[in-house]
Amino acid sequence: MSQSTKFFGLARRQFVGATAALAIGIASIGTAHAVDLTGAGATFPYPVYAKWAEAYKAKTGTGMNYQSIGSGGGIKQITAKTVDFGASDMPLKPADLEKNGLAQFPTVMGGVVPVYNLPGIDAGKIKLDGETLANIYLGNITAWNDPAIAKLNPDVKLPSTAITVVYRSDGSGTTFIYSNYLSKVSPKWKEIVGEGTSLQWRTGIGGKGNEGVAGSVKNTPGAIGYVEYAYALQNKLSYVMLKNKDGKFVAPKASAFQAAAANADWKNAPGFALLLTDQAGAESWPITGATFILMQKKQADGAKGMEVLKFFDWAYANGNKMAEDLDYVPLPASLVKMIQESWTKEIAGPSGPVWKN
Amino acid sequence: MDTTLYRRRKTKNLVAKALCYFTMGVGLGALALILWTLLSNGLSNLGLYLFTQNTPPPGSMGGLANAIVGSLIMTVLGTMIATPIAILAGTYLAEFGRYSIVAKVTRFICDVLLSAPSIVIGLFVYQIMVLPMGHFSAIAGAVALAIIVIPVVLRTTENMLSLVPPGLREAAFGLGAPHWKVVTSVSLRAARQGMITGILLAVARISGETAPLLFTSLNNQFWSTDLNAPMANLPVVIFQFALSPYDDWRNLAWAGALLITFSVLMLNITARLIVGSKAADPR
Amino acid sequence: MTTETMDTSLNAPLTAMRRSRGQWQDGAVRNVTRFAAWLVLLLLVGIGLSLVLGGWQAAKTFGPAFLWTDVWNPVKETYGGLVPIFGTLITSLIAMVIGIPLSFGIAIFLTELCPAWLKRPLSVAVELLAAVPSIIYGMWGLFVFAPFFRDNVEPLLIGSLGQIPGIGALFAGPPLGIGILTAGIILAIMVLPFITAVVRDVFETVPPMLKESGYGLGMTTWEVVRSIVIPHTRAGIVGGVMLGLGRAMGETMAVTFVIGNAHRISASLLAPGNTISSALANEFTEAISDLYVSSLVLLGFILFVITFIVLSLAKLMLARVERRAGK
Repeated sequence: MSQSTKFFGLARRQFVGATAALAIGIASIGTAHAVDLTGAGATFPYPVYAKWAEAYKAKTGTGMNYQSIGSGGGIKQITAKTVDFGASDMPLKPADLEKNGLAQFPTVMGGVVPVYNLPGIDAGKIKLDGETLANIYLGNITAWNDPAIAKLNPDVKLPSTAITVVYRSDGSGTTFIYSNYLSKVSPKWKEIVGEGTSLQWRTGIGGKGNEGVAGSVKNTPGAIGYVEYAYALQNKLSYVMLKNKDGKFVAPKASAFQAAAANADWKNAPGFALLLTDQAGAESWPITGATFILMQKKQADGAKGMEVLKFFDWAYANGNKMAEDLDYVPLPASLVKMIQESWTKEIAGPSGPVWKN
Repeated sequence: MDTTLYRRRKTKNLVAKALCYFTMGVGLGALALILWTLLSNGLSNLGLYLFTQNTPPPGSMGGLANAIVGSLIMTVLGTMIATPIAILAGTYLAEFGRYSIVAKVTRFICDVLLSAPSIVIGLFVYQIMVLPMGHFSAIAGAVALAIIVIPVVLRTTENMLSLVPPGLREAAFGLGAPHWKVVTSVSLRAARQGMITGILLAVARISGETAPLLFTSLNNQFWSTDLNAPMANLPVVIFQFALSPYDDWRNLAWAGALLITFSVLMLNITARLIVGSKAADPR
Repeated sequence: MTTETMDTSLNAPLTAMRRSRGQWQDGAVRNVTRFAAWLVLLLLVGIGLSLVLGGWQAAKTFGPAFLWTDVWNPVKETYGGLVPIFGTLITSLIAMVIGIPLSFGIAIFLTELCPAWLKRPLSVAVELLAAVPSIIYGMWGLFVFAPFFRDNVEPLLIGSLGQIPGIGALFAGPPLGIGILTAGIILAIMVLPFITAVVRDVFETVPPMLKESGYGLGMTTWEVVRSIVIPHTRAGIVGGVMLGLGRAMGETMAVTFVIGNAHRISASLLAPGNTISSALANEFTEAISDLYVSSLVLLGFILFVITFIVLSLAKLMLARVERRAGK
């Protein structure tokens, strides 16, 4: 046969050849490179995890790829073992940890802050208490000049703008901390809505992630929402002054979160599952919480588990300043020691405990 | 004869015509507005750094390099997986089993898949690939994109092949060529240009797809060309960055949106210029 | 020339001729291509099957009541699909109500009123609307259209139509910019090119003789369109409309940005809502419990079934037109 069985002519063959070469090239790149860790979960600590990951990669070359898909997502993905670690603002109860074979430990603390958008009224000028906040979110209070709000803010000229409530449309630990607080301060809230990462909200619009809520509040005059403190600062949103358990109106800031965490009894909390909402103390911010990491107790690949723990060990030792710059509260050193002891006890690979102190 | 009836008919006609002009204006206006938004928000953020730096954490500087490369890899891979299957199936539909039951059903299914919600396809690939594999991966993303490509290329292949003049085929048969040779050397060769157009259109279509990648390849903060791990891609990065409150992220999102839209538009215009609108239409 | 020289024996039957050279290739190519066609068929069946299996637990737990329960409570683990299904249907309806007249107008313009040299560029321009990725529409909707809508259009609507008793309830509520109406309008712009393309193609199949007869009798352009073109192409128009409807129902990213994500049914079009695809996009990666995931997959299956039915009807209508046009 003088004419070979060309199907489409030269152009096609060259095209096919080029693509094949490209594919082989890609595949070969893909098979040899440094370890990459994958984590997914809460949006609450996302800014600080991303910052830590960048610095860690610069130092060691190992990439820590964290995707902020919401606490619910983090729990789901680590249970399904589709990521190396999950992150959640809602601590799992010991029973759930046992059921899914997970180990849990906190990384940083922060505050959840109600924010509002009232043109003309600066940040921190609006005072609210837990009961009023719950009523706003239940849809019982619908305008800013409602008598309940006016009572708490006698010297502020409140507009008659309608209140647009903003909440998280995705499964969120921030929602959990917020609803946990509202459940503690409002029996009506506890009965009608309750606490959880995903709720049946009575009123309002949903934003995706802390980012979405911040964006919605920023774009809607008369809106009120709740975000993690770093997002409120980043976005220059007006925060609310909240009445704490001791009856004092406090503004959210690092010292207020630390005050709330000061009395926490970590030693007696199995799985470090401690909630810091509505804590006593004159300076305490009422909606404080820690954020947690979840890992499989039985690591299929001991080396991978080691890499993950090495990352967090580095973060505890070197990441405090970065965390504070982003307005998170680092954990006290004694707690870090307890956490590392729990690593040795709980997380094991095929050849024994992954972390050796 | 300027009776009232005539005048009424004339007015109705004028009003109808004016409305038609108006609707055309609305259509063009919408396109112009969208392109204008993209240009005004994205143009100022274009620069070489988009292609040289990776996606940054909030508060740092960065670009879109890993997202662009990731999208390219998954698009090329998805197209490579889908094209052989689609071309072969289209060939069967047009050349061999044109009136068979298999062909009729496949044609029907193809049209349904063409307009099916892409998020459902993402769900499907999550269930069959991500869960069993145990992790998100670029290859799952590529498979999801491939499933979207198949109906487009299949349809265009079949259309193009049926446009080949029967005289050409008959001539080849008359010369004594076996059926398979007629198909490969005559039909497919004649329809080559149209099929390439179809592939271009399919590539344009999957370049902008976000939903299927959300559940399959997820995203990646860093540069990664590992097919077995989550890979950064432009649409999901834009999705994440656009909804964030950080200004540098939002700027990157607009720049990325500009890149995607103009690549897709260029691909579409090129495809239509090669063969002509109607012939290139996969509907 | 090839070695497959002609068999000059006039008595050899065609099959024998073929059998004597390269029969296995014939069968091979035929079977490979047939296998590929089967693969595509299996793909659709596979998608449907995996959705059914995934949604089975929710279907068993809630039964058909899933379709009309509006509770969506992850805390108490009760899920009902009414809100997303309703949202999908309502936004698609608004998209049709706005999109169909627009598409018709553009199609009539392109076939009857447009100068010949403008026809091609304008058609391409309209089709480019289809090429813009969905996420771009979402961003444009959220950052450009919604604020404009909130500041300029919604107060007008609330002030005028919202005051009329009866339909006033459709336009009640604070101007948010985002919501069901906004999502419907963005969807209308997105499906416009699809309906326009089909309707325009179908209009062009009308025999010029019919139209000329109308003009010859003294009809105006509008009368020709209304009384000759449209009745002649009824089936095709319906097909095009259903195609657009199928597209509108399946849209994800654009809707997710502007729908407001509220699992609630309100009378007002200005209120936020939810559609099946935006619920999936928002909640799937975070659904923790098996029942939650199963309910979401069940929603996906319902969407799949609805779009399947609509698109099948579209196909049937368009096939009828093609048969009439003699294809």
